[in-house]
Amino acid sequence: MKNVKCECGHINHEGTVLCEACGKPIEGNQHIDGNDDNKVLNMRYEGSARRSRTYKRTIIDKTWNFFSSVKVGVWLIALALIAAAIGTIYPQEEFKNSVLPSSQFYEEQYGLTGKIFYQLGFHNLYSSWWFVTLIALIGISLVICSIDRVVPLYRALKNQKAKRHEIFVRRQRFFSETEQTSDEDRQTFMNNLRKRRYKITEDDGHILAEKNRFSRWGPYVNHIGLIIILIASILRMFDFMHTEGYVWVREGETKVVPTTDQEYYIKNEKFIYETYDRNDERFQEALKNEEFNVPSNFQTNVVIYKVKEKVTLGQEPELEEVARGEIRLNQPLTFDGYSAYQSGTQLRSEYNLISFNVENGEGQQIGMFEFRPNDDQRTYELGNDYKAEIQEYYPQFEITENGPSSFSKFPRNPGIIFEITGPNVEGERYFYLNEDVVPLSDDNEFQVSLEDTQLITASGLIIKKDYSLPFFLIGATIFMIGVAQGLYWHHRRVWLHPKDGKLLVAGHTNKNWFGLQKDIEASLKDTNIEMVKDQQEKF
Amino acid sequence: MGFEGVVLLLNKNKRLRLVFRTIVLSILVVTTIAVLYVNFQKDDPILEAGVEAPNFILDRMDSNEKIELDTLEGKGVMVNFWATYCEPCKKEMPFMEELYQEYQDQGIEIIAVSVDKNSMVIENFYNQFNLSFPLVHDKNGTIMEAYQVQPLPTSYFINPDGTIERVVKGPLTLERLESYFKEILPNNNQV
Repeated sequence: MKNVKCECGHINHEGTVLCEACGKPIEGNQHIDGNDDNKVLNMRYEGSARRSRTYKRTIIDKTWNFFSSVKVGVWLIALALIAAAIGTIYPQEEFKNSVLPSSQFYEEQYGLTGKIFYQLGFHNLYSSWWFVTLIALIGISLVICSIDRVVPLYRALKNQKAKRHEIFVRRQRFFSETEQTSDEDRQTFMNNLRKRRYKITEDDGHILAEKNRFSRWGPYVNHIGLIIILIASILRMFDFMHTEGYVWVREGETKVVPTTDQEYYIKNEKFIYETYDRNDERFQEALKNEEFNVPSNFQTNVVIYKVKEKVTLGQEPELEEVARGEIRLNQPLTFDGYSAYQSGTQLRSEYNLISFNVENGEGQQIGMFEFRPNDDQRTYELGNDYKAEIQEYYPQFEITENGPSSFSKFPRNPGIIFEITGPNVEGERYFYLNEDVVPLSDDNEFQVSLEDTQLITASGLIIKKDYSLPFFLIGATIFMIGVAQGLYWHHRRVWLHPKDGKLLVAGHTNKNWFGLQKDIEASLKDTNIEMVKDQQEKF
Repeated sequence: MGFEGVVLLLNKNKRLRLVFRTIVLSILVVTTIAVLYVNFQKDDPILEAGVEAPNFILDRMDSNEKIELDTLEGKGVMVNFWATYCEPCKKEMPFMEELYQEYQDQGIEIIAVSVDKNSMVIENFYNQFNLSFPLVHDKNGTIMEAYQVQPLPTSYFINPDGTIERVVKGPLTLERLESYFKEILPNNNQV
């Protein structure tokens, strides 16, 4: 135990550089802040004992000291920054937008660097265990660094005495020495400082004038904000605080709302796509050089249903309407804590209806039928015993090595084989593809033509629930308060030290020395006290 | 208080400091571990081996009955997600049919869940291949979503007690299919 008793009587912790009470440099510790080589004392943390620099005994102390080092903290932040930056080079796994598994996707798409990216785990960086650990270590460093600095700083500022040691005063950056001063001079000086909102403490003729001490707490307030943000991001990992899902709903379709545990259904009543009017005077100038129309609105009109009673998967639940509204870009529809955001469109990409007109050889109409790709109707009555029957249907037609097939279940490019039969006709087959009807046999009794088609839009909606945002807001607000507190206010101190009939004046501030100089200059007006000089420039 | 007294007090402070540091460090470390654990849980698929398979009821397309997964308890069940637009899915169907003939009597059931939108395409395919195991249509994709099916085909092999024995993503061969059937055979047939 090497507590150090200063000649002023104050007992300082081991590792103290400047006595907490009188500021006298403590012998043997001056190397810590590099005071050996400089005339001006290093005033950071008031020369208090940072515990990180001392006690290294138990594992707890060693761990503590490791995290208490600002150097370690800066390294952790640098590593996290570099890793986070690398993670943005290629898309993350959830955004790769490909059916290929990740093990193939990155190599095929980006070559060797992509392969390395994948193998090092950067494709899933932000939830990877080591990245999360890195962020957690930064959090630990933040807490411990703050505790280890705010406590000694608080103690030092609380214990400081107006009466300082001569060496402390002489070795301040701002210093002057006046041979002859009157009491009036000192009084004027003090009153002027008081007017500038300095708080004056007097002790045996020694004076301390101090203002804006609270600005010293800025960094720690800022760190509290950061810690709250970290806590908010932990909360965000839990489903009760935050969920996010994505669903494609086609016009007319009703779908389960993802992430709601099958509790909500959403129906796309209608999708509205609008563009800026080229004839509108207001837009003509802007649209002059635009080759394509510029969209002005993507909108889904939806109905939200809640299930009345939970049913076994696969059964149709009874639904109850709970919300209805229009979803536009950045104008979500909110229901029971969930918000549905417009975020994707497959504009008029799927057929909802394809209708055919059937005529006989003489050009007389026999009938019409409407094929709806998502309905299961196989046969259509044309009247007078004429019938159409769907034989094969390929929602998104393609030819594979196994013959005709479909690329997906969505009717984006339907191929249909159907047969028309009538009272005296055996059955004639036709093939529909690309809005064209081709007979599959040579002599045809019928004339089949395409009557009409109807396209629908698939709307992509993000379903989001986020109760963690208020916590982020609180954290960010405290963070900003801390920044402002530390940046826009400055902790300024002036000491008056009478010594053998002389008056020593010293000044210190944590930033903006020019401001302190102006304060002192203005306060010394009409006195004979010497203006302080900046001693740092001498070295 | 003399100098000695202050030293004593500081010594006591030092013990307190160790206690304080231990508490703070423990809280931070425990929080970190908890965060890592929660994060790890999130990464894992919820439906994996050992978990109970979610129940479902769907109309059979090959008969007028309904089929409910829970009623098949006591049998080993293969739930196969497929679609007519999925070529590898169609290729494994004959294997399933071949083994179904052999293992049906030993307590193996197959449910082929088609995720197509239009049932006509399923009927066409089913009739063409003469399949005999139960076929259901997940028209709205609810079962597919609940079973986190990605990609097609995906097959779930479910034990007689209703827990998942194995999840297979991608196509199967005849040999692998048979070995997976053996894993989920009801006990009384195993000896």
